[in-house]
Amino acid sequence: MRPVYLDNNATTQPAPEVVEAMQPFFTELWGNPSSMHKFGGQVRRHVETARAQVAALIGAEPSEIVFTGCGTESDNLAIRGAVEAANNPVNVITSRVEHPAVLEPCRMLKERGIPVIELEVDGQGRINLDDLRLALSRGRAVVSLMWANNETGVLFPIAEAAELVKAAGGILHTDAIQAVGKLPINVSKVPVDLLSLSGHKLHAPKGIGALYIRRGTRVRPLLLGGHQESGKRGGTENVPYIVGLGRACELAAKTLADETTRVAQLRDRLQAGLLATCASARVNGDQEHRLPNTLNISFEYIEGESILYHLSDCGIAASSGSACTSGSLEPSHVIRAMGVPFIAAHGSIRFSLSRYNTASDIDYVLENLPPIIKKLRAISPFAVP
Amino acid sequence: MWEYTDKVLDHFRNPRNVGTIPNPDGVGEVGSMACGDALKLTFKLDKQGRIADVKFQTFGCASAIASSSALTEMIKGLTLEQAGKVTNQDIANYLGGLPEQKMHCSVMGREALEVAIANYHTGKTSKKILEGKVVCHCFGVTEDEIVRVVRENRLTTVQQVTNYCKAGGGCGKCQPEIEVIIARIRAEQPSAPPAPKPAPHLTTLQKIRLIEETVEKEIRPALKKDDGDIELIDVVDNRVIVALRGMCANCQVAQFTLKDVVEAKLREFVAPDLVVEEVPS
Repeated sequence: MRPVYLDNNATTQPAPEVVEAMQPFFTELWGNPSSMHKFGGQVRRHVETARAQVAALIGAEPSEIVFTGCGTESDNLAIRGAVEAANNPVNVITSRVEHPAVLEPCRMLKERGIPVIELEVDGQGRINLDDLRLALSRGRAVVSLMWANNETGVLFPIAEAAELVKAAGGILHTDAIQAVGKLPINVSKVPVDLLSLSGHKLHAPKGIGALYIRRGTRVRPLLLGGHQESGKRGGTENVPYIVGLGRACELAAKTLADETTRVAQLRDRLQAGLLATCASARVNGDQEHRLPNTLNISFEYIEGESILYHLSDCGIAASSGSACTSGSLEPSHVIRAMGVPFIAAHGSIRFSLSRYNTASDIDYVLENLPPIIKKLRAISPFAVP
Repeated sequence: MWEYTDKVLDHFRNPRNVGTIPNPDGVGEVGSMACGDALKLTFKLDKQGRIADVKFQTFGCASAIASSSALTEMIKGLTLEQAGKVTNQDIANYLGGLPEQKMHCSVMGREALEVAIANYHTGKTSKKILEGKVVCHCFGVTEDEIVRVVRENRLTTVQQVTNYCKAGGGCGKCQPEIEVIIARIRAEQPSAPPAPKPAPHLTTLQKIRLIEETVEKEIRPALKKDDGDIELIDVVDNRVIVALRGMCANCQVAQFTLKDVVEAKLREFVAPDLVVEEVPS
């Protein structure tokens, strides 16, 4: 049995180069970057190099990058921080398919009396820009729309949304946690004000994230108690992980072409192969505007957790939007918001690739998955027409 | 991943008795596509009235498939009377236990068996008939079903009820109703409260001292947990006048606190006719 890891939207393997770059900061270079002596000073330089590396990947200025503890913190800091920093009352606009790290802060603000509008998506997981226009017409808003959906890989039209929000005098945050490192992103061309990214989705370790804050955008900090990160995020810097994130961003800039070509081709081959060999299978989400690494596919009449356990027995790692896997009783909110019928919602499987995947990984899945689907359908009381 | 036992994984990987029996003596179908799991059970009896053969088809997760498979193994060779006594806990035990959140898989097995046995006796529809009032509309769970899982598994919380029969796990609107059902069943269980002691006659001084003591020992510590506090202002006949302080002072549920905590405790420890009032602010 060979391990085939196709769950990279959940987390990625830390790149060996990243781990190597981090090592000295656990042993020799352990100083506090704020200290006025050599121990600190030599470490400070590496933190600033990392900041420049992160900034370079997304076309930002280093001073516009704030390091955080994770993507969830970046999302919280962006949304809560922007709303709290606003002088006048603001609305919040988001979508129904955002990650909980966005939806939950928005719902908390709603409980505090701030009007929150959740934009609907269509059957392909797309928002309608006219809905956004209408929502923006109700007053100044902090808008949070994801660049790419973690479950389906569907891309929102962030460039168009950014122009609309800018014209309306609002603030646009984008949760780009799934997009950074997989797609070219340039904030000097796309006028977003705030952008979240997370280390462990791009081959850095867990426990490090960053928020891009466009110069002039006001954000009230969540963590008070230190001057670090220009006062926007108190707490002594997590130096080894910051260095790791910097190195990961540097690597991602070099491998971006591979993600958008070779990885996309592997994903397309997986999709075509599964559709050709498995009856009653359907791809979830807009295939035209989609991350290059993600395939969300439903196998009707069977349930996702069963598929995952059989795949795991073959060494294949994927994930599912089925109710049973989440510990809740209902299928994923993303799949439901798209109106995917129950017949398919419970059998949705997400394959998410990375640059470490090979053609033989895909062959292995194409060889092993169809018999699993067949076996489970033989057990199912619902007959495939 | 879930903490499945080896036996669960074995029955999931190698399910026993898969399929449908042609011209069965009993058919039981429960669950639905919308709910995320469904089970069809068919059986055939031998001349002695024992289950000679039983087969299942399941749409669901690993533990749903394992529970169905286990059930078929458990009831083979049993009379319908014997099989009818199998509980969801028996199915879970047979598998060496199920994760708490997956107990509803064992309940689905037991329900399918019941429907199949009823189908044998009545010959009527093999579809499960919903009896009684539907409490959870998301998953179509009736009051009778909830009452049953609560009784049989001695459940005490809404979360447990959700784990065992899904009720309350969708939109959550029915959770207060489930709480009422749990409270009702717990009330009818044998741990009857001891007969109330006849209230001793207290002098006014004794009564005030006892009220002070109860506030000090029983009430204040509970309020302090939420950064609240209470001050005893006066006692006039059976009226106890207090002021809520700290976080309690501007708490939206202060009225609730006053009646259900302060008054309840004073009535329990001092006299059953006490009425608590808040000093006008």
